[in-house]
Formats: sequence, C-alpha cells, structure tokens
Amino acid sequence: MSILVDKSNKVIVQGMLGEKGTFHTKRIIEYGTNVVGGVIPEKGGSEYLDLPIFDTVRDAVEKTDADTSIIFVSSPFAGDAMMEAADAGIKLCVCITGRIPAQDMIRVKRYVRSFPEADRMQLIGPGSAGIMSPGKALVGVMPAYLYKEGNVGIIARAGTLGFEAAYQLNKAGIGVSTSLGIGSEAITGTNFVELLEWFNKDEDTKAIVMIGEIGGLQEVDAARYCKEHMKKPVMCYIAGLAAPKGKRMGHAGAIITAYGESAAEKIEVLKECGVKVVPDPSSFAECVKEVL
Amino acid sequence: MDIHEYQAKELLSEFGVTVPRGGLAYSPAQAVYRAKGIDSEHFLVKAQIHSGARSAAGGIITCSGEEEIRKAADELMGKCLVTRQTGPKGQVVHRIYVEEQVTVVKEYYVGFVLDRQMERVVVVASADGGMNIEDRYKEQPESLIRIVVEPAVGMQTFQARWIAFKLGIDKSLLTQTVTTLLGCYRAFRDLDATLIEINPLAVTDDDHLVALDAKMSFDDSALFRRERIANLRDNTQEDPLSRKASDRGLNYVRLEGDIGCIVNGAGLAMATLDLIDIAGGKPANFLDIGVGAQPDVVNKAVNTMLSDENVKVILVNIFAGSNRCDWVAEGLIKAIQKFNIKIPVIIRLAGTNAKTGKKILKDSEVPVILADTMREAAELAVKHVPK
Repeated sequence: MSILVDKSNKVIVQGMLGEKGTFHTKRIIEYGTNVVGGVIPEKGGSEYLDLPIFDTVRDAVEKTDADTSIIFVSSPFAGDAMMEAADAGIKLCVCITGRIPAQDMIRVKRYVRSFPEADRMQLIGPGSAGIMSPGKALVGVMPAYLYKEGNVGIIARAGTLGFEAAYQLNKAGIGVSTSLGIGSEAITGTNFVELLEWFNKDEDTKAIVMIGEIGGLQEVDAARYCKEHMKKPVMCYIAGLAAPKGKRMGHAGAIITAYGESAAEKIEVLKECGVKVVPDPSSFAECVKEVL
Repeated sequence: MDIHEYQAKELLSEFGVTVPRGGLAYSPAQAVYRAKGIDSEHFLVKAQIHSGARSAAGGIITCSGEEEIRKAADELMGKCLVTRQTGPKGQVVHRIYVEEQVTVVKEYYVGFVLDRQMERVVVVASADGGMNIEDRYKEQPESLIRIVVEPAVGMQTFQARWIAFKLGIDKSLLTQTVTTLLGCYRAFRDLDATLIEINPLAVTDDDHLVALDAKMSFDDSALFRRERIANLRDNTQEDPLSRKASDRGLNYVRLEGDIGCIVNGAGLAMATLDLIDIAGGKPANFLDIGVGAQPDVVNKAVNTMLSDENVKVILVNIFAGSNRCDWVAEGLIKAIQKFNIKIPVIIRLAGTNAKTGKKILKDSEVPVILADTMREAAELAVKHVPK
C-alpha cells in the first residue's frame, strides 16, 4: 500500500503549457501515472501531449472522472486554480507552484474548508515537490529513479531535502512507500500531523522520515502527535540549526520570528516527545537502518 | 519587503489613520525647509532606516528652532545607526523625516499580523506598550488584547469597538479608534501586508488619536500586483550583494563566515549550512541557484560569489532533480576558467547525470576538489579555509 496516490488516481494537469508544466507532465506520464487530461482555459477541445484539453476543471471532471489534480499554473493565478479544483470536486490537489501571496492562501484554505468534510479536497502544497508512491504513481516533480519501492514514508517541507533523503535510502538499499513534499510557504495545505495520521494507518509503511525546517510551529504539533498516537518509528531532521534569527532563509516560510520556531527549539520538543532526531542531513539512511 | 516609517505613515493616512504632520529630507537644509512648512514649536528629526528601536540608538532627536533642526539633521545624515535590530554592522541613514512633536497623554500598542497557525489576520493590542510583543504573543497571549479576522467578511466594526473598550480608550475617541483600526485592516488587506505595527498609537492633549510611529512589511510573493509598494523599495537599506543576486534571479543570503555555498534549493542550502556548522566552520553566505538551474545560472552564481570578499572557500552542493549534473559541471568549469579562480572549490554532485558531471570535472584541467557526500564536502570546505 501507499498513501494518497497509487495506480487508481485519475489525474488532470492544470497549467501544463509552460516549460515546467510540459517537462514534468511528460515525466509523470512516462512514469505510468494515469493522466486523463489537462485544463488550459481557452484551449478546450484541443490536445496537448496526446491528452484531451478542457477549458475548466468542471468539464475535465465531468468527461474524465478525474479525482486528482496537479497544478503548475504560475503563482499569480495558482490560488484561483486551487479553488477551481475544489469547486469541481477534485479530491486531491497537489500544487507545485510556490511563492503564492499569503492572502491568496488564506482565501484558498477558507474556501476549501467551506465544503462538508466528506467532499473536502485534500490540498498538498503550495510550493510542494508533490507525491510519489514508487512503482505506482508520480504526482509530483521527484526524479523518479531515486526512489525504490519499499516501506519508509518521507514527508519533507523542502523538495530537495526529500530527494536527498530518498537518494541516501536508495544507496543503502532502502525503499519508500510514499514520499510527499508539503511545501515551505507560510501557509500550506496539508501539514505534518495529517500526513503522519495517513502513514500511521498505512500497513506497508514501517517507519517515517520527517524533514522540517525553521519557521512556523507545525513540527512541534507533529512531535506531540507522535508522542500520543504514532505506532511507528518517526525520524526527524530539522534544517536550519545554523540559521540566524529574523533572516529569511530562501523559503517564504523559513524565517524564525517567534518563540519555538528555531531548529534548536523544535529539536528539543521532538526529543521530549520521543521522536528520533536525525543529527545531520547526511545520516538519513543510518538512522532508518537502526529502526527497520 | 520592509519600508520606511514615513512611507508607512503616508500609506496609512490614505486609509484614514491620523499621523503627525511631517516632511522628508535628504539634507539638513531641506530638513529646515520642511520644518518651516509645519506650524509647530517642537520637532522630531527621525532617521529613516529599516529598523525599529531607533530612539535608543540616538536615531530620533527632539529639536526646537531652525538651528537645532539643522544640527540634528547634520548629525544623523550619513550616520551608521546600530540598533538592537540592525545587527552589529548597523544601517546608514540616507533619509530623515522631520515631524511635529505632539504632546502625548497616553500610549498604546496596535499590531496586525499574519498568524501562520491560524491562517488568519490577527489584531493585537496592548495598553502597556509593545515591548517583547512577539514573546508575549506566544507565551502569554492572555496579556494581550487579540481578535481574529474572519477572511470571508473582513474585520468588523464591533471588533474594532471591542479593542477600543478593552484598551480603555476614552469613549469620546471611539469613532477615531474604530476609523484607525479598520483603516489599518483595509491597508493590510488591500496592500498585501504581512505586518502593520503602530507603536505607539497615542492620545494627544488635544484629544486626537495619532500614529506616532508606523511599521509595515509586505508579502514578497504579492509584489507583482502591488507596483506602488514595490516602488517604495529602498536599495540603500539592503545588502548590495543580495541585490545583485536578486537582480540576476538568484536567491542570496549573507551570513558572517568565510565559506561561500552554491546550492540548489533553500532546504538543501540550510542543510549545507548545518553540516558546515557541525564541521566547525562558518558559512559566508548561501546562494540558491534554484531547482532547475542551467549552465549560465552557474556562471552568474560564481560571479556573484566572487564579489563577496569574505569568501575564502567555495562549496558547491548540487542535488540535480529537474536539472543535470553535467550541465552544472560544464558551467562550473567555464566560470572557474573565466574568472581565474584561485581559492579552493569543493564540489559535491548528486542526482541526475552525477557520474558524467564528475567525470567532466575530473577530466578538465580545472583544480577542484570532489566530494561524494554532503558531509564530506562540508568537512573538506572547513579544512581548506586558510588559517
């Protein structure tokens, strides 16, 4: 098993015309993901990359039964794209686009929450590397060859660090059940806790690697969740131990502004809650080996 | 993005917030000229730098009369102010703001912030000033007056009234308070701000509610639709290298040490800094070339890196996902030859085409040091820093 994506997802791509959208859509199709169409306003009725194109997400869902969407729409319009997906009844939306205005994200999340829980869209991102369940489906921008099928779940705020962890595990012969990027924006869709819940229920996931960073408090919430509910070993690395306070470290969300947001403070809470802390970003495989 | 006090006051006054009369000056003569246009006996000459806590650092001078204003302006212009927010290097004063001094009866703190956990705009107010407001916000939220704005409807009048009553502001000033608070909220929303602080918001002896200081920060991701705000950027308040890098589409963060880091992805960059720290070294900066970097970007990155004179060693840590290590290798060789680099360059390449990339580097005449893992790369970089 895996979480959120497997061979059954019917995927549409929003914003595949751009360079990035085209490049990754090709990769996603090559991987064997069930991509059923694309949405490009004003190009409905045409074809692109051999896929039927629709003007609206509603049209796409109606004609293809799509339940999953991946968004490459540029940042000024990505908030609108996420809301359109939610409106059309998409169940899982992965927003790769990052640097979205925070106030747009407030509106997006408010809108998504206005749906009854049973119909509510699960949003991953923005600024996410996407989701990959090795051997099943890729709904993201991960370099697929890095990932072996296996039993370790990966949740990372930063895309490249998720790749790095998968690469180190792969070299050590360890595979991955599902890997997700949750993005490093100030406001994101799904957070660590929700994904830990999914992994907790997934029979094939034996251990989870969590990669956090400075800024925000969601790692602290995750630590508390682990202490109270987690039945599987969780290993966590927090990037930015050497980061000075008040300096934005490249990500919109990576800035220490308040109590509890620094790497040292997060690590302290994680340790208190019994989460195994990965001491440096070169030791993912060593740490996982100890618990598997 | 941050702006100056005088800019924030100008913006807020358009949204109905009362501010003292004032004028901007670039020279002592202009400061005097500005003061002449304001009917007041006492003035404040205020250094305009992107930092709070200016008063304690001597950046705000009380004056009466032409001569004092000229002297104060002369003292502040070109001065490097070190406040507890600027860091040891301080900020140089290039602009001053001359403002009438009002007589204050009572002071309050009001802040509008984007609360990441709640995913809402939160208004915070306090009748005992704004000292350590961040810590109080997290640790003793009950000590602050706090309302959460529902994004679908925006801030409501009853919420502004509630803050006014809780602050204990005199009821005769209720309308002014409501106008001020709702005005700030509209400015926050309409201008894509991430922070508005009025500290202090003061009641004057002639019964006005006046913003004596104002701080505004804006969402960098929203500047594309806020041209007016983007135009308020003051380059003199930013690190020149950061500016150079951002003009070239690179993301550069300056730090205090001597190892320059070229990395793709901000997460990997932070991880690289952590490894340098563990190895006992100090990073001078990091330069994020982005996830899909092509050869010309590597060239720009090396060029930017060389303009930082603190850099004694260059560490390149690339994890190619969307891009390719052979491109990075070719870009590095070209840059090293073009700029005739003499300082040690440590390179770690992983991901797509890593083998080809390493082979290209080995076969070239360029003297670089190759590392297999991030940890090894960080250790080698620290080892090669000249003692």
